[in-house]
Amino acid sequence: MKLSGADIIVESLIEQGVDTVFGYPGGWILHVYDSLYRYSDKINHILVAHEQGAAHAADGYSRASGKVGVCLATAGPGATNLVTGIATAYMDSIPMVAITCNVNRGMLGKDSFQEIDIVGVTSPITKHNFIVKRPEDIAPTIRRAFEIANSGRKGPVLVDITKDATGEEAEFESLVGAASCRPSAKDLLSDAKDLSSAGGKMPPLQTSSTFTDKDIYTAVGMIESSEKPLIFIGGGVISSDAGEQLAELQKLVDAPVTHSLMGIGGFDRTNEMSTGMLGMHGSKVSSLAIKNCDLLIAIGTRFSDRVTCNTSIFAKNTKILHIDIDRAEINKNICVDEFILGDVKDVLTALNKKLKPAKHDTWTSSIKEWKLQYPTAIQSDHFTAQEIIRTIGDTVDRDNTVICTDVGQHQMWTAQNYPFTTPRTFVSSGGLGTMGFGLGAAIGAKISCPDKTVINITGDGCFHMNMNEISTAVTYKIPVIDIIINNNVLGMVRQWQRMFYDKRFSNTTLDKKTNYDMVAQGLGAVGVTVRNQAEFKAALETAMKQTDTPTVINCVVDPDLTVFPMVPPGADVEDPIME
Amino acid sequence: MEEIRRRVISILVANNAGVLNKVAGLFARRAYNIDSLSVGETENPDTSRMTIVVHADDLTLEQIKNQLAKLIDVIEITVLRTAAAVLREHVLVHVETDGHRADIMFVVDTFRGNVVDISQNALIAELTGSPSKISAFIKNLKPFGIKSLVRTGVTGLQRGDTM
Repeated sequence: MKLSGADIIVESLIEQGVDTVFGYPGGWILHVYDSLYRYSDKINHILVAHEQGAAHAADGYSRASGKVGVCLATAGPGATNLVTGIATAYMDSIPMVAITCNVNRGMLGKDSFQEIDIVGVTSPITKHNFIVKRPEDIAPTIRRAFEIANSGRKGPVLVDITKDATGEEAEFESLVGAASCRPSAKDLLSDAKDLSSAGGKMPPLQTSSTFTDKDIYTAVGMIESSEKPLIFIGGGVISSDAGEQLAELQKLVDAPVTHSLMGIGGFDRTNEMSTGMLGMHGSKVSSLAIKNCDLLIAIGTRFSDRVTCNTSIFAKNTKILHIDIDRAEINKNICVDEFILGDVKDVLTALNKKLKPAKHDTWTSSIKEWKLQYPTAIQSDHFTAQEIIRTIGDTVDRDNTVICTDVGQHQMWTAQNYPFTTPRTFVSSGGLGTMGFGLGAAIGAKISCPDKTVINITGDGCFHMNMNEISTAVTYKIPVIDIIINNNVLGMVRQWQRMFYDKRFSNTTLDKKTNYDMVAQGLGAVGVTVRNQAEFKAALETAMKQTDTPTVINCVVDPDLTVFPMVPPGADVEDPIME
Repeated sequence: MEEIRRRVISILVANNAGVLNKVAGLFARRAYNIDSLSVGETENPDTSRMTIVVHADDLTLEQIKNQLAKLIDVIEITVLRTAAAVLREHVLVHVETDGHRADIMFVVDTFRGNVVDISQNALIAELTGSPSKISAFIKNLKPFGIKSLVRTGVTGLQRGDTM
């Protein structure tokens, strides 16, 4: 049937199973918003306060559920406001499709009102991007965008469509009910011969798992000859939903498990074989484990500099087996002894079938001893961030709670102290370190997981970046809980100034006069300030009972709290500063 | 560390808008140094072939290949084995004659180049050949006074049935 380009966009999203999009209208995307009006019974649109919030919401929606998040924006500033959110998703390999509209075909290249080459701008921060100038190319391009975003190593894809293409008509046939809405790898291979198909030329995507039996046998040999194996997991375990296979591998190998920030939730932190996080703010036990292990099994990780610290001496005494879906991550930051290329779930399933159960009692009892010797954090009677985070962990139903964070000290305290047990319960900007990420992400997470409690742990610095999205949560009756660890300073930067800049606290003392309760209330949310554990616990319990109103809990804490352990820049990850 | 040397990478790409930008942008942001890049359509108008010359060690070359493979528009990547490849470059040199026209013609003839334009005090010579031959040609013309020159950058194909 003939439809307008705008209707084709919405039909194509429905075809992909999209129930919610996050966005903001504008002149160049008017046709699409007109379609959304008419399709409002089939697709939900969340109007954010700022396009950055839309991108973070689409990202949080994806991280919490595994589905592809979608955001929409108009040309020019609408599109550029998405950029930080797209880059955040790119650095953490989160599947997202961003749709922007541009000026009419004939106006391209003439510096027309709000014209921006958003394809040029987002080339380095998308897995792929497209500009579409004909209505008949819209549907195949959107199908392709979803396929790219959600296959192999996942990531954001941007589709920029000229306004005239959204107004003109083309034939559209929904693939809903057809064998598959997504072309199979085989179809794509045959498509490759017909490169001139509509929507641009489409070479085949790389297949996800290319490993062989030989790779598995090599890995089995390495693992079975190890006496002190250490499993190190990253975001790949979450992204391929391989939590179960990882738990099985851990039992078979009888090894301790450490994780990166992105790997949080991939292995139960309350398990006695979890050593906690590895890296700049990792645990002492993880440092000792990496120092003493004889085999590092690195799974779904890219060896970020926040993990490896000094790459030239990282894990220098140990063999490394690297399992990852992206060939370009092999030997990029750290040279490894062996690798297996493939989707983590596929690789671990194959590996677990071939591994004989092992026992490493001496090694695992050393881990247990270290854990007693170096507990995660010292208990305190004061109202510290660590105690707040522990209280959250003790109060909520952890399997049904998603914890989002912003970036800085509160993020590291959360990563260190909250007892994460299941995948997709931690939503945080790891690679890009985006302050202001958390609230938008929490809104997205709550929409994709309406039955879960969603908490955003933030700082007073981050709160001021994107607090406008409280109004979005209020409008749509989304009861997210925003917990501000308010130390009145930009704590993480200030910590570096204290340690490395002789306490010259340049521009990190915020000294804001913000009345957080009034800000929250002014935007229509509940706002409450707390100064001790009892008040905090009561406020949290009340907030959890809210069914349609967001709550902002302002926790006033000491400005001079510090995140330890810490590996200073250039130092060995095996040797963190403890206090 | 392996030896850093010249590598010739030949890639087949889908002829989509912005593909050159995507490839060049990848090299720029990953800090891989491009010596030259040439691009043109192939026998199939839907695809183009880019020949990229880089200086890299084995590890970096591996990274370049892996990163290129992730670009959706890149269809095929070949690192040319230079011993078994045909590599060609084209040059146009605008050189001052200034009473040395015969000497210059001798150089051009020796390299089996052509004179494609001539004026009172200058001429334009062209030459196609391996990059080292092109360099030697330029070196020999330099003493006469080169007004301007342009090299196309290397294009190449693997010999025989190996492509």
